[in-house]
Amino acid sequence: MTAPEPVESLRRRRDDALAAIVQGIPYAAWLGVGFDRRGDELTAVLRYDRKQIGNPLLPALHGGAIAAFLEIAAVVHLTWARSWDGMEAGRIIPRAGDPDSLPRLPKTIDITIDYLRSGLARDAYARARIVRSGRRYASVQVEAWQDNRDRLFAQATCHFLMPQDQPPLPGGK
Amino acid sequence: MVPSDNARHRAKLARQFIEAIPHAAALGMRIDGLGPEGAVISMPWDARFVGDPRSGVIHGGVVSALMDTCAGAAVLGREAGIVSTATIDLRIDYMRGAARGQRITAHATCYHMTRSVAFVRAWASDEDSENPVAVATGAFTYERAGAATSERAGTATDERAGTATNERAGTATP
Repeated sequence: MTAPEPVESLRRRRDDALAAIVQGIPYAAWLGVGFDRRGDELTAVLRYDRKQIGNPLLPALHGGAIAAFLEIAAVVHLTWARSWDGMEAGRIIPRAGDPDSLPRLPKTIDITIDYLRSGLARDAYARARIVRSGRRYASVQVEAWQDNRDRLFAQATCHFLMPQDQPPLPGGK
Repeated sequence: MVPSDNARHRAKLARQFIEAIPHAAALGMRIDGLGPEGAVISMPWDARFVGDPRSGVIHGGVVSALMDTCAGAAVLGREAGIVSTATIDLRIDYMRGAARGQRITAHATCYHMTRSVAFVRAWASDEDSENPVAVATGAFTYERAGAATSERAGTATDERAGTATNERAGTATP
């Protein structure tokens, strides 16, 4: 039995892995999407910026910015969840700036977005839930809110094509 | 076809439509065509908008934003007097990645309108226009000038805040 991983190391290892996966999506940074992590639970955060606005009169977030936010939330959640065991076992070690160390991202097949109310000019949050994750396909639902967790302003259902079995990642064992 | 005053008016509204949308402007969108038959909007490839650096493919969300904007424009262009749109729902099917370095162009047609809802189809391609990158189907609310609001942007804000249209997210025009 090996000694448990020291908490500082564990925290940094997981945060670094998450940051590396998110940094692997340049558009996430441009749009202002980041992630909060509690254990393996992720919350996507869309940090408000005026360039996300679609209707300056209200003002309201652009439907396309919301769509991209939900898709990024779903992709990162799915990748994170499917890599978790490998990361914890040390087989997958995502490193920023090293594309070959990153788990390959699922490809979006389709996404359906419901716009439930205006996205206000402030931060937004999203959480994804994997409805089904098979070897080839996955179905993911995403809910997004701003001030109140129970008042969703958008939700989406997405289908993904999973990356097919890949050679062991360099950096893994 | 000789452009009528109406057509010119619609074209002017369309340009204002893009200019008035910070997200569309930030992504570098450009209206290439607009009329009752539909809208064409394009944007350049940009390294900041990439979803996967290994392939250089533009993120799906960027294509969504382009098609959403184009679909809204198609509603706006279908009849004179429509001054704002908002997306109720949008479904996007991704067929393939857009090629690195190539301009992406979206086409949208509003194929049916009821008194309160517009139904729109859109598709997007890179420079290989024979093979779509993505297609979309959406439902939009819209607002006519003089219905619940005046046409002038500056005076419209307060009156519009309570209308059903503006309960929804998406795009709109002054």
